[in-house]
Amino acid sequence: MSTGEPLFLDFFFLLRRIGVPASTREWLMFVEALERGLVAASLDRFYAIARATLVKHERYYDLFDQAFSHYFLGTRPPAELTRAIEAWLEDPLPLPTLSPEELAALEHLDLDALMKRFEDTLREQDERHDGGSKWIGTGGRSPFGHSGVHPTGMRVGGESRSRSAVQVAAQRRFVDYRDDLVLDTRQVGIALRKLRRLGRVEEATELDLEGTIEATARNCGDIEVALRPPRENQLKVLLLMDVGGSMDPFALTVSRLFSAAHAAQHFREFHAYYFHNCVYERVYDNARFSSGKDTLELLRWLGPDTRLVVVGDAHMAPWELTARGGAIDYHHQNDDPGVVWLQRLRRHFKQSVWLNPMPQRFWTHPTIALVSQQFSMFELTLAGLEQAISSLRQSA
Amino acid sequence: MYDNFTGTESYIASPELQEAVNVALALQRPLLIKGEPGTGKTLLARAVAEQLKRPMHTWHVKSTSKAIEGLYVYDAVQRLQDSRFGDRDVRDIRNYIRFGALGRAFLADEPSVVLIDEVDKADLEFPNDLLHELDQMSFTVTETGDVHTAKIRPLVIITSNNEKELPDAFLRRCIFHFIAFPEPTLMARIVKVHHPKVRGVLLDEALARFYWLRSLPELRKRPSTSELVDWLGALVRGGLDEASLAERIPFLGTLLKKEQDLEAVARRGRGWTKH
Repeated sequence: MSTGEPLFLDFFFLLRRIGVPASTREWLMFVEALERGLVAASLDRFYAIARATLVKHERYYDLFDQAFSHYFLGTRPPAELTRAIEAWLEDPLPLPTLSPEELAALEHLDLDALMKRFEDTLREQDERHDGGSKWIGTGGRSPFGHSGVHPTGMRVGGESRSRSAVQVAAQRRFVDYRDDLVLDTRQVGIALRKLRRLGRVEEATELDLEGTIEATARNCGDIEVALRPPRENQLKVLLLMDVGGSMDPFALTVSRLFSAAHAAQHFREFHAYYFHNCVYERVYDNARFSSGKDTLELLRWLGPDTRLVVVGDAHMAPWELTARGGAIDYHHQNDDPGVVWLQRLRRHFKQSVWLNPMPQRFWTHPTIALVSQQFSMFELTLAGLEQAISSLRQSA
Repeated sequence: MYDNFTGTESYIASPELQEAVNVALALQRPLLIKGEPGTGKTLLARAVAEQLKRPMHTWHVKSTSKAIEGLYVYDAVQRLQDSRFGDRDVRDIRNYIRFGALGRAFLADEPSVVLIDEVDKADLEFPNDLLHELDQMSFTVTETGDVHTAKIRPLVIITSNNEKELPDAFLRRCIFHFIAFPEPTLMARIVKVHHPKVRGVLLDEALARFYWLRSLPELRKRPSTSELVDWLGALVRGGLDEASLAERIPFLGTLLKKEQDLEAVARRGRGWTKH
C-alpha cells in the first residue's frame, strides 16, 4: 500500500467476529489484489474480489453480504450481532438451589395440563421474567422457560441444564454441527476406517505393480501380472443424530463423530440426518431442523443393506416414546408414538447400532432401557465405537 | 496489462465469476469453482482457454486418483516389458516418465489453462498432496531427482461438486467462487445461446415448468441446465408450441432421469398451474 496504511482492516475483523473464518493468508491475498489495482474504483469489483479471496464456502456468503452492506452501505448490523429476542432469554441467572422438600413440593404435571398451562401463561405474559415461579423466563421454578428447575418442565429456547425440559416451543438456533468442523477427528476417523473392510470387493481386478515386479522377477523376467481387489467400498451408511436438549453437553463429541464420518472416504454412500430426542415422521438435513425428509421416504430410498447408526442419549420424557402427540417440539403432532418409529427403523435395516454418549451406568433410565430393547446400544466413546463397529461387521 | 476474462459468446459468466477468474489470473492462484451439477463449472475452463487463446490440459479426477498422477507416472510395466526385447533404452528411466496434465502445463513454454475436474471425487488427502505443487508450481520426479519448475505459471481451475468437504489448508490457497443456480432471466439468456430461434412465449412457459419441477422436494435428481437445453431442443425439433405444455410436460424423460422421479411427477398431476 502506498500510504503504508492497512486498508479496511476493521472490515476483516468484522468478518471474523460474525463467523466468517477468513485467515491472515487470505487477507494478504486480498491486499495483494488491492495493491495491483485490480479493484479500481468500483464497489462491485471490490465486493467480488473480497468475496473470492476471503470467503471459501458458500455457507458464509450470506454472512459476508450482511457484513459488507453493514460496513460499506451502513445497513443494520448483521443479525448474528443482534439477536433481540434471544438476548431476552440469554445470559441466564444461576440455578436456584432447591432442597429435596422444595423439589417435591413442585407439582408434577401431565402433558396435556402442561401444554395448556404453557399456552395460558404465554398469553398472559408480556415482559421478561427471571427467577420467579410462574412466568416464562430464566432461572426460575416455573415449569416453562429455561435453565430452571422443575420436574416436568417445558423448555423455551436456551441451553438445557437440568435434563427434563419437555417441549421446546421457542425457535432454536442450534449450531449446525457440520459447519463447525474442528480438527482432532483423527481417532474417530481411524475407528470408522475399520468399517471399511466390510465392503471389500473380493474380485481382483486392479494391477498390483509391486506384486507384478516381484512375480516377474521370480519368473525370470517373463511378465507375470499380479492383480488385487480394488480399494472401492460397497458400504452404505445412514447416520441419524439427536441434537439439542439433553444432547447439548455432548455436542462436541457428536460433532467430532460427524465430521470424521463425513470426511471419511470409507463409504460408497453416506447419509446423515438429525432428529430431536426421538425419530418421528421426519428427519432433518441440519441441526436447525429447517429442511428435511420424510422418514418413510428415507426407508423407501435406502435399501435394507444400509447400515444404520443412531447417535442419541435416548433420555427423554416417557411419553415422547409411548404417546401420540408426545414429540418434544411444541408445534409437532405425531400420530404414531416414537417407539413405533424406532421399530420401523430397526426392522427395515438389517444391521443397526445405537451409540449413546451417556455413560452406561445411567442406562437404567426408563426410556434408555426401552430404546436399548430395540437397538444394540454402545457407549459413544472410542472403545464403544469400536465395539459397535465390530458388531456391525459380525452380522454382515 | 493482465489477461482479462469476460465470458464468451457461448459461455455467459456473471460479473462476480469474471472477477474471480481475473483475480486468479493476476495473483496466479488456483481458482476453485463449486456449484450444483450442470451449472457450467467444467465449461468455464474451456471458455477461459478459448478467450485467452491458451491451450488447455484436463485432468479428470476419479475416486482412485492419486495426486502424483497429475504430475507424472512412472510406467514400470512398460519398462519391464521393453527389457525383454530391448526395444528402447531401458537404462534411462526418463524414457518411462509420462507427464500428467499439471506436469505438462508446468513444462510448457506458453501460458495454459489446467482443469482439475471434480477434485472432491478423490481421497480426502488428495488436495493436501497438491498444496506444495500448486503453491510453488514445481515438482520433483522422485525416480530421477529432476526438479521441474513452471516456466510460466498456468491458470489452474479446480471444480468440486460439493460431495466432500475440502481441507482448510487447501481452501486458504485458492480463489473461490460458488456458481449459484441461474435465475430465470439469466437462464433465458443461457438457453438462447443454444436455441437462438426459440420463441419467447414457449421459452417462458418452458422455464415455468422447469423451475416448478426443480421446486419439488421429492425429486432425487433435480433437472439442471443441460437437461433444460436438451428438453427445449426436443420441443423445438418436435414442432411443439406452448399450447402443448398446457396439459402435460412432453418429453419429460429428457428432464428427469430417474424412474421414481417420473412417478413422483405423475402423482403431482398439473401442479404448476396453481399460481
